[in-house]
Amino acid sequence: MTRSRQTRLRQLTALAAVAAVSLSACAASGRDGEGGAAGDGQRGGTLTFGAAGAPDLFDPFYASDGETFRVSRQIFEGLVGFEPGTAELGPELATGWSSSADGLTWTFPLRRGVKFHDGTDFNADAVCSNFQRMFNQTGAGQNPALSYYWSENFGGFADGVEPSLYDSCTAANPATAVIKLTRVTGKFPALLALPSFSMQSPAALEQHDANNVQAQGDGFSYPAYAREHPTGTGPFRFVGYDEANGTIELARFDGYRGETSKLDRLIFRIIPDETARRQALQAGEIDGYDLPNPADWQTLRDDGFNLRVRDPFNVLYLGITQKNNPALTDLRVRQALAYALDRETLVSSALPDGAEVAKEFYPDTVPGYTEDVQEYPHDPERARQLLAEAGQPNLTVNFYWPTEVSRPYMPDPQSIFGAIREDLEAAGVTVNPVSKPWNGGYLDDVDNARADLFLLGWTGDYNSPDNFIGTFFGSTDSRFWTQASPWGQQLGTELQAADSEVDEQTRIGMYEELNRKLMAEYLPAVPISHSPPAIVVSEDVQGLVPSPLTAEEFGPVSISG
Amino acid sequence: MLNYTVRRLAQLLLVVAALSVLLFAWLRSLPGGPVSALLGDRATAETRRQLEIALGLDQPIYVQYVRFLGRAVTGDFGVSTGVQPGDTALSIFVQRFPATVELAILALLLAVAAGIPLGYLAARRRGGWLDNAGVAGSLVGVAVPVFFLAFLLKFAFAVQLGWLPTSGRQTAGIDATRVTGFFVLDGMLTREWDAAGDALQHLVLPALALSSIPFAVVFRITRGAVLDVLDEDYVRTAYAKGLTDRVIRGRHVLRNAMLPVVTTIGLQTGALLSGAVLTERVFALQGVGQALARGFELRDYAVLQIVIIAAAIVYVFVNLLVDLSYAVIDPRVRT
Repeated sequence: MTRSRQTRLRQLTALAAVAAVSLSACAASGRDGEGGAAGDGQRGGTLTFGAAGAPDLFDPFYASDGETFRVSRQIFEGLVGFEPGTAELGPELATGWSSSADGLTWTFPLRRGVKFHDGTDFNADAVCSNFQRMFNQTGAGQNPALSYYWSENFGGFADGVEPSLYDSCTAANPATAVIKLTRVTGKFPALLALPSFSMQSPAALEQHDANNVQAQGDGFSYPAYAREHPTGTGPFRFVGYDEANGTIELARFDGYRGETSKLDRLIFRIIPDETARRQALQAGEIDGYDLPNPADWQTLRDDGFNLRVRDPFNVLYLGITQKNNPALTDLRVRQALAYALDRETLVSSALPDGAEVAKEFYPDTVPGYTEDVQEYPHDPERARQLLAEAGQPNLTVNFYWPTEVSRPYMPDPQSIFGAIREDLEAAGVTVNPVSKPWNGGYLDDVDNARADLFLLGWTGDYNSPDNFIGTFFGSTDSRFWTQASPWGQQLGTELQAADSEVDEQTRIGMYEELNRKLMAEYLPAVPISHSPPAIVVSEDVQGLVPSPLTAEEFGPVSISG
Repeated sequence: MLNYTVRRLAQLLLVVAALSVLLFAWLRSLPGGPVSALLGDRATAETRRQLEIALGLDQPIYVQYVRFLGRAVTGDFGVSTGVQPGDTALSIFVQRFPATVELAILALLLAVAAGIPLGYLAARRRGGWLDNAGVAGSLVGVAVPVFFLAFLLKFAFAVQLGWLPTSGRQTAGIDATRVTGFFVLDGMLTREWDAAGDALQHLVLPALALSSIPFAVVFRITRGAVLDVLDEDYVRTAYAKGLTDRVIRGRHVLRNAMLPVVTTIGLQTGALLSGAVLTERVFALQGVGQALARGFELRDYAVLQIVIIAAAIVYVFVNLLVDLSYAVIDPRVRT
């Protein structure tokens, strides 16, 4: 062997040794920081949760996306919240609430001694400061892309261009906030449980220029507060968002008003691909993730993971747009579509275990639900007969269905569309399928009433019938285009009247009546199903209470071993 | 050489200008738009219209383009509406580019480190087991889709064996100092060796998957080029002159065979960038490939524009460097 060959061999051997040593060092170091490494079992440790996407921002007032809300719920609290595991309203920063006889003045006694993460006091002044901040939005801050939930629930702003539900907020004393409304609504105070209306530190909001949102180019730019300094009263405080690594880190807030979090740290790790999230869980890199594919449920259970199926709080419906196809303005035609659907088979074959056929447009946990509605069992002959009576024996419809999307109420749009299409064709309806990507034209076409039939649904924001049917049918120029029917305006008026009723029992009765009319006389769409979304965690995770609103709180959660 | 370089850079400017016009018009002619991503499935037609007006998306495309140009000359390439709303497209690119570059460099290194020596040895031992195995392996490398290979590698080495991580650039919550955005380099610069090792460990599987096609191409081109050169008269002459095998191999065979190989490496930049889109998705790497895929899904115009234009610039630059490297490898090109 020549000297040069010997030298080269030595160099190669050294290189290989260095690589091997580095890789083993890497392996060792990697294990040290893996998600799920626990402190002392019940208390301490880090929980790493797989998130499907990046939060839009960390100021929940300007957000409407689920990933922002998942993080916000750990950092912030509202005056009211949801009882764990239910959609029922419960106290949070307020110890309770009461309203005046006219339903316009609401009094919230507040918890004492509560601190924001920056050490400032939570009190009635802070409550009013938050409401004034939301009400006084200007410019881009009023855009529904940012202040969606305010616009949707409170309406206008202080400039008075649009009427607002909000009138004023007064600090009666440091522990009592009084909120006045301009009109009665059945959804108050339930809507205050939305993360958008969480209480944020007035000092931090001001210090970090929280209202400075600007339209820029095709989008909006956000101030430092929304990106780096969200400050609430929740069990976790914000540590940082490592965008390059796709991780959001929260830490226990030791000054929390109640029992402090069992976890030292809570990390959300962004893994957009659902399969990648499952594999990360199987490999022990994350400790849980949301909305596992129903096709994986059994595998995950078999692998020993704790798969928790939530109560369904959503609805999937077959949308009907009355704008372009005159035949669809005829109730008999819409009823024929309802009879044509074999919803029992659809639910059992294309939706996850626990899904139910929907009798009306919201689940039975929402006030105003009634069993006493007209039902539409699968009856193709009845469908043909109704179509013939309506003079539409050869009905043709453009049926839109979305691609590139999965929703809790619609895990696999293609299979749902396929089943419905078969049913419709079996009843003699000619279906022209139109598929478009969810963000690539589908929502655009559906919202602009270009479809005849379409697949869509809704997950409730809070427990109020108005959040379902008021949102769907309150406006006559919506995607259903109910203005084409003589009852369209009347339905809107009836929904408004029910929402404005002060007496709760009377209001519930009005919604029951509305549900009966919706299913028998109006039928602006065909409710199909309520599907239970699931959440999965490793067996080391304890204390997670699944929420039908997907509003899980990690404060009481612990991780062991 | 200087004139040549200047000419190529001028061509690059023309390419970028033409691409920006075409890209702008094409993106805005696609169905849907950022409004759907910003408003989700809870919007009404009216709120959609309001938002389009607020963002100027109701204006004719040429008006939107002029406004875009006006902002672009000041360095404002727009704000993300979907990938990371509120972040400037430029900051998203700057933040994610290192992840893709780290991945592409490691993949290319693996491809070159394995492809050139194996291609050379396969040519020298034509018809032998190494040649046959190499040819078969390179066929598999080209034929198997990158994302499928990525899934296989991940399933075997991360999920089943647990040797390597399944996703991400670094372990969540690791205490690492960010300097350049290149995580491996940052770890080395700050002497946080565990952080560097952790980042390298996260790169191994994605880089292996991404290197499959470049490896196959480099192997086959090297093998073919070496076979061609071995048949050249000057190689026979060199042997006849009594030169040693090492001298012939280094001075005559490898040097002359490298020209097509280097060209191929340059052309593989495009393949690496497109492969990165899939690989980053499978391994949840926060790189520009993932931003591109997510940008298309959410019709994030600003992010798509900057990523695609930057990819074109990188591609042209790398190929310019390849052209310039000819002069180093082959003195005949200098004349």
